[in-house]
Amino acid sequence: MTGDTLLRVSDLKVSFQTEAGSAKVLDGVNLTIGRGEILGLVGESGCGKSTLARSVLGILPKNAARITDGTILFDGENLLERNEAYLARVLRGRRISFVPQDPFSSFSPVFSIGDQFMELMKWKSPEITDAQAAARTILSSRYGRARRRRDAERVMEMLSAVQLPQPEAILRKYPHEVSGGQRQRLMIAMALLTEPELIIADEPTTALDVTIQAQILKLLKALAAERNVAVLFTTHDLGTAWEICDRIMVMYAGQDVEVAGSADFFARPNHPYTDRLLASLPGAEGGLQGIPGNIPGFVSPPGGCRFHPRCDLASDACRTTRPGVTALGSGHAVRCHHPLGTQFLKEAVT
Amino acid sequence: MKLLVILVNRLAWLIPTVFGLMAITFAITHIIPADPVAAVIGENASPEQVAALKEKLGLDKPLVEQFVIYLTGLLRGDFGISLYTQRPISEDLFARVPATIELSVVTLFVAIAAGIPVGVISAVHRNSLLDHALRIFTVSGLAIASFWLAILFQLFFSMYLGWTPLQGRVDGWGPDPITGFFIVDALIIGDFEMLGDVLAHMVLPVLTMAYPAMATIVRFTRAGVLEAISSNFVMYESAMGFPRRVIIWKYVLRSALIGTVTQIGLIFGILIANSVVVETVFDWPGIGRYAVDSILNSDYNGVMGFAVFTGVIFILINALVDILHGLIDPRETR
Repeated sequence: MTGDTLLRVSDLKVSFQTEAGSAKVLDGVNLTIGRGEILGLVGESGCGKSTLARSVLGILPKNAARITDGTILFDGENLLERNEAYLARVLRGRRISFVPQDPFSSFSPVFSIGDQFMELMKWKSPEITDAQAAARTILSSRYGRARRRRDAERVMEMLSAVQLPQPEAILRKYPHEVSGGQRQRLMIAMALLTEPELIIADEPTTALDVTIQAQILKLLKALAAERNVAVLFTTHDLGTAWEICDRIMVMYAGQDVEVAGSADFFARPNHPYTDRLLASLPGAEGGLQGIPGNIPGFVSPPGGCRFHPRCDLASDACRTTRPGVTALGSGHAVRCHHPLGTQFLKEAVT
Repeated sequence: MKLLVILVNRLAWLIPTVFGLMAITFAITHIIPADPVAAVIGENASPEQVAALKEKLGLDKPLVEQFVIYLTGLLRGDFGISLYTQRPISEDLFARVPATIELSVVTLFVAIAAGIPVGVISAVHRNSLLDHALRIFTVSGLAIASFWLAILFQLFFSMYLGWTPLQGRVDGWGPDPITGFFIVDALIIGDFEMLGDVLAHMVLPVLTMAYPAMATIVRFTRAGVLEAISSNFVMYESAMGFPRRVIIWKYVLRSALIGTVTQIGLIFGILIANSVVVETVFDWPGIGRYAVDSILNSDYNGVMGFAVFTGVIFILINALVDILHGLIDPRETR
């Protein structure tokens, strides 16, 4: 970990109101991202990755979701203490931007792509200062011709940066007239256009063909590195995480279980869940191993470490108390009462 | 290009639709046991006089032949002779068209201007007290009969409060006819006193007709907004911090309007149907009242003229709606 932390989520607890009762979807999650760092947030579908991403953006469904505990420090300020208007005007789209999972439906189908780019620039152009953004009123939100022209130039530059051919033609088109890969390039362009410090990319390649996934990932990584933008990248695909992330964090059923630098993560997994997750990848030996059991429900989840019903090493301590963070050096940390450590390595060798 | 295809397609449908409309109306008017000749000639006419009039009006021929004669006349723009006034239908009918069009257009404008915002607000505050109140209000609009509402309005606003004229289109003769639309004519000659009088006369009939039309628009706008508001693009735009009012009133509304616009063509049908009732109650000299008079006088040709004219207008409006639909939703046309 570098000393310059951009985002620090501490002990975040989020519940959803359901008919069956209160679902504890996030159970004391910690997360940090340094400036310019790409953090992969890995876990199975429904483990709380998207909820965590939306908590940071402040766009959890208002009626159903409640943040019951924790802090989200972005550049030193606790976002949970900020009001909605400030978050919408100053943070979202400007300092923190978003790449959605589904580029097919994330554009409005009835406005041209160019219109939607210029709408973004109207409200979120990097020329607007924080103070101007915060003080925005209906009257002061006029879009002057000079700024519009400069913003249009920014759009054109960005479209060539994301390697879209014939940018003018694309801007005149409607979303249904371009391919999925192109749409995701457009989404990345929009996320970068406002010159944010953090991009939250929620499974940005899941909806795309495998061949296009790799191109999009490479592009996102290169552009983020070039501009020193941090990325919180959620995925259920370890291979994808391996390709672009500096560090990887694993979540299981609403709990963070392990975090490590990418190389370290694959070489030295310490949490039994991480271990099983890696073992479930199709290996060179051709073995495919699932993890016995199912993800627990969130309304009455298992106490302590939520993985214990599926864990071979589970002890009484695992059933009652959530393990604290054990630092293993060089940014590698695990939350487990029985980390595999070197013992695992020996087993793997034999 | 696709818009042109839609237009041609719609206009091609005009022919069979109008033919079917005429066949049905013709059959109904001629089969019912009413005798237009008796209505015109009086009870004391001799059988020879009745026969002579029947021959003059062409009523002595077989029904099918009468229908063919009517159709060939129509192709030349001839709606036939009124059995009652003995004047060409086209003269009587078309003289009354501007009054009805003026009323319908103003009504539609009021219904849209009120219905769309109410629908959006209702959807945004879904299941709140406001939403429930608005829904009771709009469902009532669909449930309440126009003639009853019209009379209620007359009793309250004209008789009791004395705020509006009771009936009619204008006090006195109205502006000299230039276009036949009194609002436009009053503006052309710059007579604002006249304009005020014309508008005052419109208030009650417009409110009566706009209420059910608005209810339909509210319901479809609300449903459209509710569907659009859960789209991914709304989530995306929220995540990017677009102002809420821009998301709702620009992006969500535009998507929601696709469904609402389709309804406006049907609403126009409701307006024409309601004009028959409302024009009678308010003594409004439009084609709705003309239709009622024609029915009461057993004037086949008058009824036919009304049905054909409104049928054609209805189909044209719906062709227009299809084009509008194509303009709002680029997926239709590109």
